Amino acid sequence: MSEKRLPAAATATAPIRKGLPVAARLAIAGGLAAASALAFLFLFIEGSFEFAFERRLTMLGTMTVVAFAQAVGTVVFQTITHNRILTPSIMGFDSVYILMQTLLVAVFGGGVLAVTDGMPKLITQTLLMVGFTMLLFGWLFSGRKGSIHVLLLVGVVLGLAFRSLSDFLQRLLSPSEYDVLSARLFGRLSSAEPGYLPLAGAVCLIVGVVVWQRRYRLDTLLLGRDAATNLGVAHKRELTVMLLLISLLIAMSTALAGPMTFFGFVTAMLAYQMSGTHRHIVVLPMAFLIGLITLAGGQFVMEHVFYASGMLTVVIEFLGGAIFLAHLLRKGTL
Amino acid sequence: MIEFTDIRKAYGEDVVLGPVSGRIPAGGVTSLVGPNGAGKSTLLTIIGRLAEPTSGTVTVDGLDVHRAKSQDVARTLSILRQENHFTARVTVRELVSFGRFPHSRGRLTKQDLAHIDDALDFLHLGDLQHRYLDQLSGGQRQRAYVAMVLAQDTRYVLLDEPLNNLDMKHSVRMMSQLRRAADELGKTVVLIVHDINFAATYSDRIIALRDGRIAASDTVDAMMRAEVLSEVFDTPVQIHEVDGKRTAVYYR
Repeated sequence: MSEKRLPAAATATAPIRKGLPVAARLAIAGGLAAASALAFLFLFIEGSFEFAFERRLTMLGTMTVVAFAQAVGTVVFQTITHNRILTPSIMGFDSVYILMQTLLVAVFGGGVLAVTDGMPKLITQTLLMVGFTMLLFGWLFSGRKGSIHVLLLVGVVLGLAFRSLSDFLQRLLSPSEYDVLSARLFGRLSSAEPGYLPLAGAVCLIVGVVVWQRRYRLDTLLLGRDAATNLGVAHKRELTVMLLLISLLIAMSTALAGPMTFFGFVTAMLAYQMSGTHRHIVVLPMAFLIGLITLAGGQFVMEHVFYASGMLTVVIEFLGGAIFLAHLLRKGTL
Repeated sequence: MIEFTDIRKAYGEDVVLGPVSGRIPAGGVTSLVGPNGAGKSTLLTIIGRLAEPTSGTVTVDGLDVHRAKSQDVARTLSILRQENHFTARVTVRELVSFGRFPHSRGRLTKQDLAHIDDALDFLHLGDLQHRYLDQLSGGQRQRAYVAMVLAQDTRYVLLDEPLNNLDMKHSVRMMSQLRRAADELGKTVVLIVHDINFAATYSDRIIALRDGRIAASDTVDAMMRAEVLSEVFDTPVQIHEVDGKRTAVYYR
Protein backbone atom coordinates (compact mmCIF):
# COMPACT_ATOMS: atom_id res chain seq x y z
CA MET A 1 0.00 0.00 0.00
CA SER A 2 2.49 2.61 1.05
CA GLU A 3 5.31 3.57 -1.20
CA LYS A 4 8.83 3.38 0.15
CA ARG A 5 9.80 6.59 1.90
CA LEU A 6 12.55 8.34 0.05
CA PRO A 7 15.39 10.19 1.73
CA ALA A 8 14.67 13.82 2.41
CA ALA A 9 17.26 15.03 -0.07
CA ALA A 10 15.55 13.15 -2.89
CA THR A 11 12.04 14.25 -2.02
CA ALA A 12 13.15 17.84 -1.78
CA THR A 13 13.70 18.07 -5.53
CA ALA A 14 11.42 16.95 -8.33
CA PRO A 15 9.12 14.01 -7.68
CA ILE A 16 10.79 10.70 -8.25
CA ARG A 17 9.77 8.87 -11.37
CA LYS A 18 10.88 5.76 -13.11
CA GLY A 19 13.58 6.12 -15.71
CA LEU A 20 16.00 8.86 -16.47
CA PRO A 21 16.05 12.19 -14.67
CA VAL A 22 14.71 15.05 -16.74
CA ALA A 23 18.14 16.67 -17.14
CA ALA A 24 19.45 13.53 -18.82
CA ARG A 25 16.38 13.33 -21.05
CA LEU A 26 16.88 16.93 -22.14
CA ALA A 27 20.59 16.34 -22.69
CA ILE A 28 19.88 13.35 -24.94
CA ALA A 29 17.31 15.30 -26.95
CA GLY A 30 19.77 18.20 -27.19
CA GLY A 31 22.52 15.88 -28.39
CA LEU A 32 20.27 14.32 -31.03
CA ALA A 33 19.13 17.74 -32.21
CA ALA A 34 22.73 18.96 -32.51
CA ALA A 35 23.72 15.78 -34.35
CA SER A 36 20.81 16.14 -36.80
CA ALA A 37 21.64 19.78 -37.41
CA LEU A 38 25.35 19.07 -37.98
CA ALA A 39 24.66 16.09 -40.23
CA PHE A 40 22.26 18.16 -42.26
CA LEU A 41 24.76 21.02 -42.52
CA PHE A 42 27.99 19.21 -43.33
CA LEU A 43 27.47 15.69 -44.68
CA PHE A 44 27.40 14.76 -48.36
CA ILE A 45 28.28 18.14 -49.77
CA GLU A 46 29.03 17.84 -53.47
CA GLY A 47 30.52 20.70 -55.45
CA SER A 48 31.01 24.15 -53.97
CA PHE A 49 31.12 23.98 -50.18
CA GLU A 50 30.29 27.67 -49.79
CA PHE A 51 27.20 27.54 -51.97
CA ALA A 52 25.81 24.42 -50.37
CA PHE A 53 26.70 25.54 -46.84
CA GLU A 54 25.06 28.92 -47.20
CA ARG A 55 21.92 27.39 -48.62
CA ARG A 56 21.77 24.76 -45.93
CA LEU A 57 22.42 27.32 -43.20
CA THR A 58 19.42 29.37 -44.36
CA MET A 59 17.32 26.25 -44.39
CA LEU A 60 18.48 25.25 -40.91
CA GLY A 61 17.55 28.73 -39.71
CA THR A 62 14.09 28.27 -41.19
CA MET A 63 13.78 24.88 -39.54
CA THR A 64 14.80 26.30 -36.18
CA VAL A 65 12.19 29.04 -36.39
CA VAL A 66 9.46 26.68 -37.58
CA ALA A 67 10.29 24.02 -34.99
CA PHE A 68 10.34 26.62 -32.24
CA ALA A 69 7.16 28.37 -33.31
CA GLN A 70 5.11 25.21 -33.85
CA ALA A 71 6.39 23.37 -30.78
CA VAL A 72 6.09 26.22 -28.28
CA GLY A 73 2.86 27.47 -29.85
CA THR A 74 1.24 24.05 -29.63
CA VAL A 75 2.36 23.21 -26.08
CA VAL A 76 1.12 26.57 -24.78
CA PHE A 77 -2.10 26.28 -26.78
CA GLN A 78 -2.79 22.84 -25.33
CA THR A 79 -2.16 24.17 -21.84
CA ILE A 80 -4.57 27.08 -22.09
CA THR A 81 -7.26 24.98 -23.79
CA HIS A 82 -6.85 22.05 -21.37
CA ASN A 83 -6.66 19.66 -24.27
CA ARG A 84 -3.73 17.57 -25.39
CA ILE A 85 -4.86 16.96 -28.95
CA LEU A 86 -5.49 20.49 -30.20
CA THR A 87 -3.12 22.57 -32.27
CA PRO A 88 -3.34 26.30 -32.90
CA SER A 89 -4.46 25.61 -36.47
CA ILE A 90 -7.92 24.83 -35.04
CA MET A 91 -8.32 28.56 -34.44
CA GLY A 92 -8.22 29.16 -38.17
CA PHE A 93 -4.78 30.80 -38.23
CA ASP A 94 -3.81 28.82 -41.30
CA SER A 95 -7.00 29.50 -43.17
CA VAL A 96 -6.49 33.24 -42.69
CA TYR A 97 -3.10 32.82 -44.36
CA ILE A 98 -4.52 30.69 -47.17
CA LEU A 99 -7.31 33.18 -47.79
CA MET A 100 -4.85 36.08 -47.93
CA GLN A 101 -2.63 34.35 -50.49
CA THR A 102 -5.62 33.23 -52.55
CA LEU A 103 -7.14 36.71 -52.53
CA LEU A 104 -3.84 38.21 -53.67
CA VAL A 105 -3.61 35.86 -56.64
CA ALA A 106 -7.30 36.10 -57.49
CA VAL A 107 -7.23 39.90 -57.53
CA PHE A 108 -3.78 40.71 -58.89
CA GLY A 109 -2.82 37.58 -60.82
CA GLY A 110 -0.18 34.90 -60.32
CA GLY A 111 2.84 37.18 -60.61
CA VAL A 112 1.91 39.12 -57.51
CA LEU A 113 3.18 36.57 -55.00
CA ALA A 114 6.78 36.81 -56.14
CA VAL A 115 6.67 40.59 -56.61
CA THR A 116 5.23 41.38 -53.19
CA ASP A 117 7.48 39.07 -51.17
CA GLY A 118 9.35 41.10 -48.62
CA MET A 119 9.23 42.76 -45.24
CA PRO A 120 6.09 44.85 -45.75
CA LYS A 121 4.13 41.78 -46.80
CA LEU A 122 5.41 39.72 -43.87
CA ILE A 123 4.50 42.45 -41.40
CA THR A 124 1.07 43.02 -42.94
CA GLN A 125 0.40 39.31 -42.97
CA THR A 126 1.44 38.93 -39.34
CA LEU A 127 -0.59 41.91 -38.22
CA LEU A 128 -3.65 40.53 -40.01
CA MET A 129 -3.31 37.12 -38.40
CA VAL A 130 -2.67 38.55 -34.93
CA GLY A 131 -5.45 41.07 -35.45
CA PHE A 132 -7.84 38.28 -36.38
CA THR A 133 -7.09 36.43 -33.13
CA MET A 134 -7.35 39.51 -30.97
CA LEU A 135 -10.60 40.54 -32.57
CA LEU A 136 -12.09 37.12 -32.02
CA PHE A 137 -10.79 36.97 -28.50
CA GLY A 138 -11.72 40.50 -27.50
CA TRP A 139 -15.20 40.08 -28.88
CA LEU A 140 -15.82 36.80 -27.11
CA PHE A 141 -14.35 37.79 -23.79
CA SER A 142 -16.10 41.14 -23.59
CA GLY A 143 -19.35 39.19 -23.19
CA ARG A 144 -20.27 37.55 -19.91
CA LYS A 145 -20.50 34.06 -21.30
CA GLY A 146 -17.06 34.09 -22.87
CA SER A 147 -15.35 30.74 -22.51
CA ILE A 148 -12.40 29.15 -24.21
CA HIS A 149 -14.66 26.49 -25.73
CA VAL A 150 -16.92 29.02 -27.42
CA LEU A 151 -13.77 30.70 -28.68
CA LEU A 152 -12.49 27.44 -30.17
CA LEU A 153 -15.83 26.68 -31.75
CA VAL A 154 -16.04 30.09 -33.39
CA GLY A 155 -12.43 29.64 -34.52
CA VAL A 156 -13.30 26.33 -36.15
CA VAL A 157 -16.34 27.74 -37.91
CA LEU A 158 -14.54 30.84 -39.16
CA GLY A 159 -11.62 28.69 -40.28
CA LEU A 160 -13.99 26.53 -42.31
CA ALA A 161 -15.64 29.59 -43.80
CA PHE A 162 -12.28 31.06 -44.85
CA ARG A 163 -11.20 27.76 -46.32
CA SER A 164 -14.42 27.39 -48.33
CA LEU A 165 -14.06 30.94 -49.61
CA SER A 166 -10.46 30.17 -50.61
CA ASP A 167 -11.56 26.98 -52.35
CA PHE A 168 -14.18 28.88 -54.27
CA LEU A 169 -11.71 31.56 -55.36
CA GLN A 170 -9.18 28.90 -56.36
CA ARG A 171 -11.72 27.38 -58.76
CA LEU A 172 -11.86 30.69 -60.57
CA LEU A 173 -8.11 30.84 -61.15
CA SER A 174 -6.41 29.81 -64.36
CA PRO A 175 -4.40 26.55 -64.07
CA SER A 176 -1.05 28.34 -64.17
CA GLU A 177 -2.04 30.81 -61.49
CA TYR A 178 -3.39 27.97 -59.38
CA ASP A 179 -0.09 26.19 -59.77
CA VAL A 180 1.84 29.21 -58.49
CA LEU A 181 -0.56 29.51 -55.58
CA SER A 182 -0.57 25.86 -54.56
CA ALA A 183 3.22 25.88 -54.31
CA ARG A 184 2.68 28.48 -51.58
CA LEU A 185 0.08 26.52 -49.73
CA PHE A 186 2.16 23.44 -49.11
CA GLY A 187 4.85 23.54 -46.50
CA ARG A 188 8.13 24.44 -48.19
CA LEU A 189 11.19 24.52 -46.02
CA SER A 190 13.66 24.58 -48.91
CA SER A 191 12.26 27.60 -50.68
CA ALA A 192 11.60 29.79 -47.67
CA GLU A 193 12.28 33.47 -48.14
CA PRO A 194 15.70 34.09 -46.48
CA GLY A 195 14.87 37.77 -46.00
CA TYR A 196 12.17 36.80 -43.50
CA LEU A 197 14.55 34.97 -41.20
CA PRO A 198 16.00 37.82 -39.11
CA LEU A 199 12.59 39.21 -38.20
CA ALA A 200 11.05 35.77 -37.62
CA GLY A 201 14.03 34.77 -35.49
CA ALA A 202 13.80 37.96 -33.43
CA VAL A 203 10.06 37.50 -32.88
CA CYS A 204 10.62 33.91 -31.76
CA LEU A 205 13.35 35.02 -29.40
CA ILE A 206 11.18 37.70 -27.79
CA VAL A 207 8.17 35.40 -27.53
CA GLY A 208 10.45 32.69 -26.15
CA VAL A 209 11.68 35.00 -23.38
CA VAL A 210 8.15 36.03 -22.41
CA VAL A 211 6.91 32.43 -22.39
CA TRP A 212 9.95 31.28 -20.41
CA GLN A 213 9.29 33.90 -17.75
CA ARG A 214 5.81 32.48 -17.42
CA ARG A 215 6.78 28.82 -17.34
CA TYR A 216 5.62 28.30 -13.75
CA ARG A 217 2.43 30.26 -14.33
CA LEU A 218 1.71 27.95 -17.27
CA ASP A 219 2.01 25.01 -14.88
CA THR A 220 -0.71 26.45 -12.66
CA LEU A 221 -2.99 26.91 -15.68
CA LEU A 222 -2.96 23.11 -16.01
CA LEU A 223 -5.00 22.98 -12.80
CA GLY A 224 -7.87 24.83 -14.45
CA ARG A 225 -9.28 28.31 -14.13
CA ASP A 226 -10.45 28.17 -10.51
CA ALA A 227 -7.36 26.56 -9.04
CA ALA A 228 -5.10 28.92 -11.01
CA THR A 229 -7.08 31.94 -9.81
CA ASN A 230 -6.85 30.67 -6.25
CA LEU A 231 -3.07 30.61 -6.65
CA GLY A 232 -3.05 34.26 -7.65
CA VAL A 233 -2.75 33.89 -11.43
CA ALA A 234 -4.82 36.43 -13.36
CA HIS A 235 -6.39 33.78 -15.56
CA LYS A 236 -8.04 35.95 -18.19
CA ARG A 237 -4.96 38.15 -18.65
CA GLU A 238 -2.68 35.14 -18.98
CA LEU A 239 -5.00 33.64 -21.58
CA THR A 240 -5.00 36.85 -23.61
CA VAL A 241 -1.22 37.20 -23.48
CA MET A 242 -0.70 33.56 -24.41
CA LEU A 243 -3.11 33.65 -27.36
CA LEU A 244 -1.40 36.79 -28.64
CA LEU A 245 2.00 35.11 -28.42
CA ILE A 246 0.73 31.94 -30.09
CA SER A 247 -0.73 33.89 -33.00
CA LEU A 248 2.61 35.67 -33.43
CA LEU A 249 4.50 32.36 -33.48
CA ILE A 250 2.14 30.68 -35.91
CA ALA A 251 2.15 33.72 -38.18
CA MET A 252 5.95 33.55 -38.36
CA SER A 253 6.00 29.83 -39.02
CA THR A 254 3.29 30.05 -41.67
CA ALA A 255 4.95 32.94 -43.48
CA LEU A 256 8.22 30.99 -43.65
CA ALA A 257 7.08 27.46 -44.38
CA GLY A 258 3.38 27.52 -45.18
CA PRO A 259 0.52 26.09 -43.14
CA MET A 260 1.09 23.00 -41.01
CA THR A 261 -1.57 21.14 -39.08
CA PHE A 262 -0.07 18.08 -37.44
CA PHE A 263 3.58 18.94 -36.96
CA GLY A 264 2.89 20.83 -33.74
CA PHE A 265 0.69 18.04 -32.45
CA VAL A 266 3.41 15.45 -33.02
CA THR A 267 6.13 17.50 -31.33
CA ALA A 268 3.94 18.28 -28.32
CA MET A 269 2.77 14.70 -27.92
CA LEU A 270 6.28 13.29 -28.18
CA ALA A 271 7.56 15.99 -25.84
CA TYR A 272 5.10 14.99 -23.12
CA GLN A 273 6.02 11.34 -23.53
CA MET A 274 9.75 11.96 -23.55
CA SER A 275 9.68 14.40 -20.62
CA GLY A 276 7.65 12.19 -18.30
CA THR A 277 6.35 15.32 -16.59
CA HIS A 278 3.89 18.11 -17.28
CA ARG A 279 6.20 20.88 -16.12
CA HIS A 280 6.76 23.49 -18.80
CA ILE A 281 10.34 24.03 -17.70
CA VAL A 282 11.04 20.60 -19.24
CA VAL A 283 8.28 20.19 -21.83
CA LEU A 284 8.88 23.48 -23.67
CA PRO A 285 12.59 22.91 -24.47
CA MET A 286 11.88 19.24 -25.11
CA ALA A 287 9.18 20.06 -27.67
CA PHE A 288 11.49 22.51 -29.45
CA LEU A 289 14.32 19.96 -29.58
CA ILE A 290 12.04 17.22 -30.87
CA GLY A 291 10.72 19.59 -33.52
CA LEU A 292 14.25 20.39 -34.61
CA ILE A 293 15.23 16.70 -34.69
CA THR A 294 12.16 15.94 -36.81
CA LEU A 295 12.86 18.72 -39.30
CA ALA A 296 16.66 18.61 -39.58
CA GLY A 297 16.93 14.83 -39.22
CA GLY A 298 13.94 14.30 -41.50
CA GLN A 299 15.32 16.60 -44.17
CA PHE A 300 18.70 14.87 -44.00
CA VAL A 301 17.09 11.47 -44.47
CA MET A 302 14.77 12.70 -47.22
CA GLU A 303 17.63 14.29 -49.16
CA HIS A 304 20.22 11.58 -48.91
CA VAL A 305 18.24 8.37 -48.49
CA PHE A 306 15.06 8.94 -50.46
CA TYR A 307 16.31 11.69 -52.80
CA ALA A 308 13.08 13.61 -52.26
CA SER A 309 14.22 16.81 -50.59
CA GLY A 310 11.10 18.84 -51.27
CA MET A 311 8.72 16.38 -49.68
CA LEU A 312 9.58 16.67 -45.97
CA THR A 313 6.64 18.77 -44.80
CA VAL A 314 4.22 16.63 -46.78
CA VAL A 315 5.62 13.49 -45.18
CA ILE A 316 5.55 15.03 -41.70
CA GLU A 317 1.96 16.13 -42.16
CA PHE A 318 1.00 12.70 -43.45
CA LEU A 319 2.74 10.80 -40.65
CA GLY A 320 1.53 13.37 -38.11
CA GLY A 321 -2.04 12.91 -39.27
CA ALA A 322 -1.67 9.14 -39.03
CA ILE A 323 -0.26 9.39 -35.50
CA PHE A 324 -3.05 11.79 -34.59
CA LEU A 325 -5.69 9.30 -35.76
CA ALA A 326 -3.96 6.39 -34.02
CA HIS A 327 -3.76 8.41 -30.81
CA LEU A 328 -7.44 9.30 -31.03
CA LEU A 329 -8.51 5.73 -31.67
CA ARG A 330 -6.34 4.37 -28.88
CA LYS A 331 -7.60 6.91 -26.37
CA GLY A 332 -11.14 6.48 -27.66
CA THR A 333 -12.10 9.96 -26.50
CA LEU A 334 -11.39 13.60 -27.12
CA MET B 1 -12.39 39.57 9.13
CA ILE B 2 -14.36 38.81 6.00
CA GLU B 3 -16.90 41.51 5.22
CA PHE B 4 -19.32 41.33 2.31
CA THR B 5 -21.60 44.22 1.50
CA ASP B 6 -24.70 44.18 -0.70
CA ILE B 7 -23.53 41.18 -2.68
CA ARG B 8 -25.86 40.40 -5.52
CA LYS B 9 -25.49 37.86 -8.30
CA ALA B 10 -27.86 37.67 -11.21
CA TYR B 11 -27.82 35.80 -14.50
CA GLY B 12 -29.87 38.01 -16.76
CA GLU B 13 -33.16 38.47 -14.92
CA ASP B 14 -32.60 35.59 -12.52
CA VAL B 15 -31.28 36.75 -9.18
CA VAL B 16 -29.57 33.76 -7.58
CA LEU B 17 -28.11 35.58 -4.62
CA GLY B 18 -28.75 38.64 -2.56
CA PRO B 19 -28.42 41.33 -1.93
CA VAL B 20 -26.71 39.96 1.17
CA SER B 21 -24.37 41.59 3.65
CA GLY B 22 -22.53 40.12 6.57
CA ARG B 23 -19.32 39.53 8.46
CA ILE B 24 -17.32 36.47 9.27
CA PRO B 25 -14.93 37.22 12.14
CA ALA B 26 -11.32 36.02 12.00
CA GLY B 27 -10.55 32.72 13.68
CA GLY B 28 -12.56 29.59 14.21
CA VAL B 29 -14.78 27.59 11.89
CA THR B 30 -17.84 29.03 10.19
CA SER B 31 -20.27 26.79 8.33
CA LEU B 32 -22.57 27.85 5.51
CA VAL B 33 -25.71 25.73 5.47
CA GLY B 34 -28.96 25.80 3.56
CA PRO B 35 -31.10 23.87 1.11
CA ASN B 36 -30.03 23.22 -2.49
CA GLY B 37 -30.00 26.32 -4.62
CA ALA B 38 -29.88 28.66 -1.62
CA GLY B 39 -26.77 30.40 -2.98
CA LYS B 40 -24.16 28.93 -0.63
CA SER B 41 -21.66 28.07 -3.34
CA THR B 42 -22.32 31.33 -5.14
CA LEU B 43 -21.59 33.32 -1.99
CA LEU B 44 -18.47 31.31 -1.21
CA THR B 45 -17.03 31.59 -4.73
CA ILE B 46 -17.72 35.33 -4.75
CA ILE B 47 -15.93 35.76 -1.40
CA GLY B 48 -13.10 33.66 -2.83
CA ARG B 49 -13.09 35.89 -5.98
CA LEU B 50 -13.61 32.94 -8.35
CA ALA B 51 -16.85 34.59 -9.46
CA GLU B 52 -17.62 38.27 -9.93
CA PRO B 53 -20.68 39.59 -8.13
CA THR B 54 -23.16 41.54 -10.24
CA SER B 55 -22.82 44.22 -7.59
CA GLY B 56 -21.38 44.59 -4.11
CA THR B 57 -17.95 44.31 -2.53
CA VAL B 58 -16.02 41.77 -0.50
CA THR B 59 -13.12 42.73 1.75
CA VAL B 60 -10.88 40.32 3.62
CA ASP B 61 -8.73 42.01 6.26
CA GLY B 62 -9.42 45.26 4.42
CA LEU B 63 -8.34 43.86 1.04
CA ASP B 64 -10.95 44.23 -1.72
CA VAL B 65 -10.67 40.75 -3.20
CA HIS B 66 -12.10 41.67 -6.60
CA ARG B 67 -9.91 44.76 -7.07
CA ALA B 68 -6.64 43.89 -5.35
CA LYS B 69 -3.75 42.17 -7.10
CA SER B 70 -4.57 38.50 -7.52
CA GLN B 71 -1.26 37.49 -5.99
CA ASP B 72 -1.91 39.52 -2.82
CA VAL B 73 -5.35 37.96 -2.46
CA ALA B 74 -3.81 34.51 -2.90
CA ARG B 75 -1.61 35.12 0.13
CA THR B 76 -4.60 36.10 2.25
CA LEU B 77 -7.26 33.58 1.32
CA SER B 78 -7.41 30.24 -0.41
CA ILE B 79 -10.48 28.57 -1.83
CA LEU B 80 -11.16 25.01 -2.86
CA ARG B 81 -13.99 24.12 -5.20
CA GLN B 82 -16.03 20.98 -4.99
CA GLU B 83 -14.91 19.54 -8.27
CA ASN B 84 -11.39 19.78 -9.59
CA HIS B 85 -10.41 18.78 -13.07
CA PHE B 86 -6.73 18.86 -13.94
CA THR B 87 -5.20 18.47 -17.39
CA ALA B 88 -1.93 17.27 -15.96
CA ARG B 89 -1.37 14.02 -14.14
CA VAL B 90 0.22 15.17 -10.90
CA THR B 91 1.41 13.49 -7.74
CA VAL B 92 0.16 14.46 -4.29
CA ARG B 93 3.43 16.24 -3.53
CA GLU B 94 3.36 18.15 -6.80
CA LEU B 95 -0.21 19.22 -6.11
CA VAL B 96 0.64 20.40 -2.61
CA SER B 97 3.71 22.22 -3.99
CA PHE B 98 1.39 24.28 -6.19
CA GLY B 99 0.03 25.74 -2.95
CA ARG B 100 3.33 27.60 -2.52
CA PHE B 101 2.96 29.38 -5.87
CA PRO B 102 1.61 32.67 -4.45
CA HIS B 103 4.71 32.96 -2.26
CA SER B 104 7.53 31.76 -4.46
CA ARG B 105 6.06 32.02 -7.98
CA GLY B 106 7.20 28.48 -8.77
CA ARG B 107 10.79 28.51 -7.50
CA LEU B 108 10.56 26.53 -4.30
CA THR B 109 12.75 27.71 -1.42
CA LYS B 110 13.74 25.74 1.68
CA GLN B 111 10.95 27.47 3.54
CA ASP B 112 8.46 26.37 0.88
CA LEU B 113 9.59 22.77 1.18
CA ALA B 114 9.09 22.95 4.95
CA HIS B 115 5.55 24.25 4.43
CA ILE B 116 4.84 21.45 1.94
CA ASP B 117 6.12 18.80 4.37
CA ASP B 118 4.07 20.32 7.19
CA ALA B 119 0.90 20.30 5.11
CA LEU B 120 1.49 16.68 4.05
CA ASP B 121 2.11 15.66 7.67
CA PHE B 122 -0.88 17.58 8.93
CA LEU B 123 -3.19 15.54 6.69
CA HIS B 124 -1.21 12.31 7.12
CA LEU B 125 -0.26 12.17 3.45
CA GLY B 126 3.46 11.44 3.96
CA ASP B 127 3.23 7.88 2.69
CA LEU B 128 1.09 8.84 -0.28
CA GLN B 129 3.08 11.85 -1.44
CA HIS B 130 4.50 10.25 -4.57
CA ARG B 131 1.24 8.70 -5.70
CA TYR B 132 -0.62 10.18 -8.62
CA LEU B 133 -4.00 11.70 -7.82
CA ASP B 134 -5.80 9.18 -10.02
CA GLN B 135 -4.33 6.38 -7.91
CA LEU B 136 -6.04 7.65 -4.76
CA SER B 137 -9.44 7.01 -3.25
CA GLY B 138 -11.95 9.85 -3.07
CA GLY B 139 -11.14 10.52 0.56
CA GLN B 140 -7.39 10.59 0.01
CA ARG B 141 -7.77 12.89 -2.95
CA GLN B 142 -9.92 15.27 -0.94
CA ARG B 143 -7.22 15.33 1.72
CA ALA B 144 -4.61 16.12 -0.92
CA TYR B 145 -6.64 19.12 -2.13
CA VAL B 146 -7.01 20.38 1.43
CA ALA B 147 -3.26 19.93 1.94
CA MET B 148 -2.69 22.16 -1.08
CA VAL B 149 -4.74 25.02 0.36
CA LEU B 150 -3.07 24.55 3.76
CA ALA B 151 0.37 24.74 2.12
CA GLN B 152 -0.77 28.03 0.65
CA ASP B 153 -0.60 29.20 4.28
CA THR B 154 -3.34 31.82 4.12
CA ARG B 155 -5.19 33.14 7.15
CA TYR B 156 -8.52 32.37 5.50
CA VAL B 157 -9.43 29.01 4.02
CA LEU B 158 -12.70 28.60 2.11
CA LEU B 159 -13.94 25.11 1.26
CA ASP B 160 -16.92 24.18 -0.89
CA GLU B 161 -18.35 20.94 0.50
CA PRO B 162 -15.15 19.26 1.65
CA LEU B 163 -17.23 16.29 2.84
CA ASN B 164 -18.57 15.60 -0.64
CA ASN B 165 -18.07 11.90 -1.50
CA LEU B 166 -16.63 11.06 1.90
CA ASP B 167 -17.94 8.24 4.04
CA MET B 168 -18.63 8.57 7.78
CA LYS B 169 -15.13 7.81 8.93
CA HIS B 170 -13.46 10.14 6.46
CA SER B 171 -16.00 12.88 7.06
CA VAL B 172 -15.27 12.82 10.78
CA ARG B 173 -11.54 12.86 10.12
CA MET B 174 -11.78 15.71 7.65
CA MET B 175 -13.84 17.82 10.02
CA SER B 176 -11.55 17.22 12.96
CA GLN B 177 -8.55 18.08 10.79
CA LEU B 178 -10.19 21.33 9.76
CA ARG B 179 -11.01 22.02 13.41
CA ARG B 180 -7.36 21.41 14.25
CA ALA B 181 -6.30 23.77 11.44
CA ALA B 182 -8.41 26.47 13.06
CA ASP B 183 -7.26 25.73 16.63
CA GLU B 184 -3.61 24.86 16.12
CA LEU B 185 -2.70 26.85 13.01
CA GLY B 186 -4.95 29.83 13.71
CA LYS B 187 -6.78 29.60 10.38
CA THR B 188 -10.19 31.06 9.71
CA VAL B 189 -12.07 28.21 8.06
CA VAL B 190 -15.29 28.85 6.15
CA LEU B 191 -16.97 25.83 4.68
CA ILE B 192 -20.18 24.61 3.13
CA VAL B 193 -21.62 21.56 4.88
CA HIS B 194 -24.77 19.68 4.07
CA ASP B 195 -25.09 17.77 7.31
CA ILE B 196 -26.27 20.22 9.94
CA ASN B 197 -24.98 17.98 12.75
CA PHE B 198 -21.45 18.07 11.36
CA ALA B 199 -21.76 21.84 11.19
CA ALA B 200 -22.99 21.96 14.79
CA THR B 201 -20.30 19.66 16.14
CA TYR B 202 -17.27 21.28 14.56
CA SER B 203 -18.08 24.95 13.95
CA ASP B 204 -18.24 28.07 16.05
CA ARG B 205 -20.78 29.87 13.89
CA ILE B 206 -23.39 28.91 11.35
CA ILE B 207 -24.69 31.05 8.53
CA ALA B 208 -27.90 29.73 7.02
CA LEU B 209 -28.96 30.76 3.53
CA ARG B 210 -32.31 30.29 1.90
CA ASP B 211 -33.56 31.55 -1.47
CA GLY B 212 -30.46 33.67 -2.00
CA ARG B 213 -30.80 35.47 1.33
CA ILE B 214 -29.20 35.00 4.72
CA ALA B 215 -32.02 33.38 6.72
CA ALA B 216 -30.15 33.28 10.01
CA SER B 217 -26.61 33.74 11.23
CA ASP B 218 -25.45 33.13 14.77
CA THR B 219 -23.46 30.93 17.13
CA VAL B 220 -24.06 27.21 16.99
CA ASP B 221 -26.15 27.17 20.16
CA ALA B 222 -28.44 29.89 18.91
CA MET B 223 -28.84 28.23 15.52
CA MET B 224 -29.50 24.71 16.74
CA ARG B 225 -33.14 25.29 17.57
CA ALA B 226 -36.04 23.45 16.03
CA GLU B 227 -37.91 26.55 14.85
CA VAL B 228 -34.81 28.12 13.24
CA LEU B 229 -33.75 24.98 11.37
CA SER B 230 -37.28 24.00 10.32
CA GLU B 231 -37.67 27.45 8.81
CA VAL B 232 -34.29 27.42 7.04
CA PHE B 233 -34.59 23.95 5.54
CA ASP B 234 -38.34 24.11 5.00
CA THR B 235 -38.73 20.71 6.60
CA PRO B 236 -39.66 19.63 10.16
CA VAL B 237 -36.54 19.37 12.33
CA GLN B 238 -36.45 18.19 15.93
CA ILE B 239 -33.60 18.92 18.31
CA HIS B 240 -32.47 16.29 20.81
CA GLU B 241 -29.73 16.49 23.37
CA VAL B 242 -27.20 13.73 22.74
CA ASP B 243 -24.30 13.68 25.20
CA GLY B 244 -25.02 17.31 26.00
CA LYS B 245 -24.82 18.31 22.33
CA ARG B 246 -27.83 19.57 20.43
CA THR B 247 -28.46 17.21 17.55
CA ALA B 248 -30.92 17.68 14.73
CA VAL B 249 -33.21 14.84 13.71
CA TYR B 250 -34.98 15.34 10.43
CA TYR B 251 -35.36 11.96 8.80
CA ARG B 252 -39.16 11.86 8.95
